[in-house]
Amino acid sequence: MGWGDPDRIFYRLCWGLSLGMVFLVIGIGITLFWGSLPSLKAFGWHFLVGRIWDPVNEKFGALPFLVGTLITSFGALILTLPFALSSGIFLAEYAPPRVADGLSTVIDLLAGIPSVIYGLWALFYLVPLVRWVEMKLGVIPFGLGLPTASLVLAVMILPYAASIIREVLRMVPHELKEAAYGLGATRWEVIRGVSIPYGLSGIVAGLLLSLGRALGETMAVTMVIGNRSEMPRSPWDLANTMASVIANEFTEASKDIHLSALIEIGLLLFLITLGVNILARIIILRLQVR
Amino acid sequence: MRSILWRKFKDRSALLVITVLAFLPALPLFHILYGIFRLGLPAFSWSFFTHLPTPPGEPNGGVGNAIVGTLMLSMLASALAIPVGILSGVYLSEYARGRFGEVVRVAADVLQGVPSIVLGIVGYLWLVKPMGHFSALSGAVALSLMMLPVIVRSTEEILRMLPYTLREASLSLGVNYWRTVIKVLIPTGLVGITTGILVALSRIMGETAPLLFTAFGNPFWNFNPLQPVDALPLTVFKYAISPYQDWIRQAWGASAVLTLMVLGLNLISRILARRLSGDGK
Repeated sequence: MGWGDPDRIFYRLCWGLSLGMVFLVIGIGITLFWGSLPSLKAFGWHFLVGRIWDPVNEKFGALPFLVGTLITSFGALILTLPFALSSGIFLAEYAPPRVADGLSTVIDLLAGIPSVIYGLWALFYLVPLVRWVEMKLGVIPFGLGLPTASLVLAVMILPYAASIIREVLRMVPHELKEAAYGLGATRWEVIRGVSIPYGLSGIVAGLLLSLGRALGETMAVTMVIGNRSEMPRSPWDLANTMASVIANEFTEASKDIHLSALIEIGLLLFLITLGVNILARIIILRLQVR
Repeated sequence: MRSILWRKFKDRSALLVITVLAFLPALPLFHILYGIFRLGLPAFSWSFFTHLPTPPGEPNGGVGNAIVGTLMLSMLASALAIPVGILSGVYLSEYARGRFGEVVRVAADVLQGVPSIVLGIVGYLWLVKPMGHFSALSGAVALSLMMLPVIVRSTEEILRMLPYTLREASLSLGVNYWRTVIKVLIPTGLVGITTGILVALSRIMGETAPLLFTAFGNPFWNFNPLQPVDALPLTVFKYAISPYQDWIRQAWGASAVLTLMVLGLNLISRILARRLSGDGK
């Protein structure tokens, strides 16, 4: 079989394109690193702990955005958890097939709606709601800011979390559950005592994957977070996330160092989501081995 | 052991709480759909679909250029992602043995996890900066990076599901492996592969973040891939955060168009997937 053999050529073609995809991913990392070199050289570690983001005076510290991203993402995860867990349990354990089908469809549709439309909806429906709550609580009624961003993110990541939890719970072996039923356990006792403990690491992995989505989510957050590049002082404050500051300032960055600083934020975002996703994969891999 | 009544009570209340919490997420979905169609459908008119945008206050503004732009970006991104994606999927299912296959799979998973805004930066650095201006092509490249992993993994999964006897039947007739792949395996798995492509397409059609600094937006008609184009999500974003009533009305209109396109694709892929699971057994 020489090079002229069509089978060989086809194999080489498929192999080459797959190799190309590997290089593409490496290339993305290198490109981001290359683009952020000026900023890396100028600010070094201070970039991560600097609290001042002032493009006019060329001072760039990304801490406010790191904090903003962490607060909104974890806030969303906590808000979405009871609902995602309930949907997952309901679909896997309680629902008759027909109802499960319907609810699954609704959840899938929720996942399909574009992010910018969530932003539009949040801007006109969630913002007044949050403002009303803020007035009742006696804090400054921005309407926009961290709570609104967390809320819309919670709605957006719910479908992912719910469908992964459903899949994990469906993987629980029937023998285990039937053994528990045989001992006289109620349905709830089986769920709490058998299904959830068995699927726990899978559920954690699913939540991590949802967290990865929340970290990188851009448009809906950009539209409702208020876009203020200072350290948030309270959970009700206006803020900026890593993704939203890139979305807002990238095309307006007239100085090279500003652009480079934004690319470095992109690099950080890339590395953080990569880390979260890898952690989730490792957990899933260990699950499959068992 | 607690009394049986107490345990039964706990069982029932858990069922109630979980059912209620499980159905609550449906509320925002219906509210979003309600908002989109109540506020969006009235914006529909002939001029809304065929005209260019107008400055705020001027009547008969439309999103015709954005619809054209979204279709153009989707087609360009598909043209880039589909051939590469399918052949990589073929590699993973037919040829990959050992380490390198794992590396390719990890690469696809990593690519799928990259935030879309980061892919926008990559599109900017790869194409916009060297070319010196924004372009539809750079936007399509960013979008194709999002489509690629979805197509690769779905193609791999579908081809793996095909029985070995199919390959052996074809090979025993003296057909080359590559012809077997092209003439037997891909046509047999076509419904599934198409479903994967539609899922990928519905995901990128509504994407805004990768386009902000690649396709950029353009208030005029443009059919040239090397020039900036508008896209429906960009229009929604620009109009939604504007202070003008008329633009906000059009933002809802554009959302309705976009939602119909995305959910339509979603629906088609679901129907195909259902047909597949019906035929597969």
